[in-house]
Amino acid sequence: MQVRRCGRDAALVELSGLDEVLGLHAALRAEEPSWLVELVPAATTLLVRFDSKLTTMDRAVECVAALEHSTVDTRGMDEVVVPVRYDGADLADVASHAGMTEAEVIERHSGARYTVAFCGFAPGFGYLTGLDRELWLPRRETPRTKVPAGSVALADQYAGVYPRSSPGGWHILGSTDLAVWDVDRDPPALLVPGAPVRFEVLR
Amino acid sequence: MITIVNPGPQALVQDLGRPGLATLGVGRSGAADRRSLALANRLVGNPETNAGIEITFGGLVARFAEAALVAVTGAPCPVEVGTRAADMYGPIRVRAGDELKLGRPSAGLRSYLAVRGGIEVPKVLGSRATDLLAGLGPEPLAAEAVLPIGVSTEDYPGVDLAPQAPYSDEPVLRVLPGPRADWFTEDALESLCGGKYEVSTASNRIGVRLTGPVLRRREPDRELPPEAMVLGALQVPPSGQPILFLADHPVTGGYPVIGVVEPADLHLAAQLRPGQRIRFRAVAP
Repeated sequence: MQVRRCGRDAALVELSGLDEVLGLHAALRAEEPSWLVELVPAATTLLVRFDSKLTTMDRAVECVAALEHSTVDTRGMDEVVVPVRYDGADLADVASHAGMTEAEVIERHSGARYTVAFCGFAPGFGYLTGLDRELWLPRRETPRTKVPAGSVALADQYAGVYPRSSPGGWHILGSTDLAVWDVDRDPPALLVPGAPVRFEVLR
Repeated sequence: MITIVNPGPQALVQDLGRPGLATLGVGRSGAADRRSLALANRLVGNPETNAGIEITFGGLVARFAEAALVAVTGAPCPVEVGTRAADMYGPIRVRAGDELKLGRPSAGLRSYLAVRGGIEVPKVLGSRATDLLAGLGPEPLAAEAVLPIGVSTEDYPGVDLAPQAPYSDEPVLRVLPGPRADWFTEDALESLCGGKYEVSTASNRIGVRLTGPVLRRREPDRELPPEAMVLGALQVPPSGQPILFLADHPVTGGYPVIGVVEPADLHLAAQLRPGQRIRFRAVAP
């Protein structure tokens, strides 16, 4: 674990990978130190924001380091099941890039078990890891100016669901009616870091 | 009730934002110059958390259906209520039917209007702030927009003037190096702090885009996996020209951050005008 100062009231903790990020994230959430303001997990880092009136960088980092190897059970989180109509505009493209049939793409995408690594890009947009390696594909060269809400898509090593209509460069496999983001619901986001996710074929 | 007659270049409802939701991909947002909004609220006896209006480059015209107590802070601009000139940085009485007009600021970029009782539009995720990047909160104000005045108040502050220090033509912003200062060549921090940067016209509430000395990376091809971004971060894209993140900055980003502007200087960053020059000074932790 390497700690990098990020302004006056945050430490960027670099870890070896997603498991460590989610482990430390869960451990800090369970520990709930009084000075903790916010945690922002990302691919290989966890940002720990603290209240500088209540603690110092050194003391916060000490607490984080003590929790580094604690194992917190995140399996208690409910699995999010996303029903998908696999009729997306890029399904054929993805199949040809991956050298398989559309049916195989659907089988591999819906057969995998995913975990939300982190959120970003837009409110409620979860980056899901666990995507079948054969489906790892760079983003589209030209992003679309408008991707509809509920689009089920993939890019690089991630799968995702567009929480609302936005521009986007991911490959669209299909769509879901499940509202992964709703500001009037508590919680507003279904795809939160650490949550297990699975896609189900709607026929 | 307030009716917007003319929003000017940009007028937004803002409060102090939505802290603590970055895990869900929601940034804090809120007033770009939080200090000025908080001051405006205090001047009318509001809790600092009340929503007001952030006015970029003046031009706002608003009609009051009821009598109100208001204050204007931030970028200094001519203020007119009805046909009378009014002073900034102090409480102003507005009569029912009056129009409030803001002219172009002579310095700075963003002025703040607070109304006793607060602007009472519905909250989204606990805040009335307009987040332009995330698309959360009220829409940017347009002509004919109607804003209810709330009832959330505290005692009158008993202060009738809180002068604003003049904005410098060439402000110096203090920077705490890191988290990724080591991704840059050894002279990069010197370049950042040695030269002057010009504020680009492409700047907005997401960030201040700067043009000046190029900041070079040690390994230009090394990819940075996306990581958390913070308010005040100086993110450096491949062009080597830094972007200073303001209120609506993205929650995560894929370019390294060479340093973070000190919290005490962020209100100055929010007042930078396109074409203006600034300098940076590195400070120790």
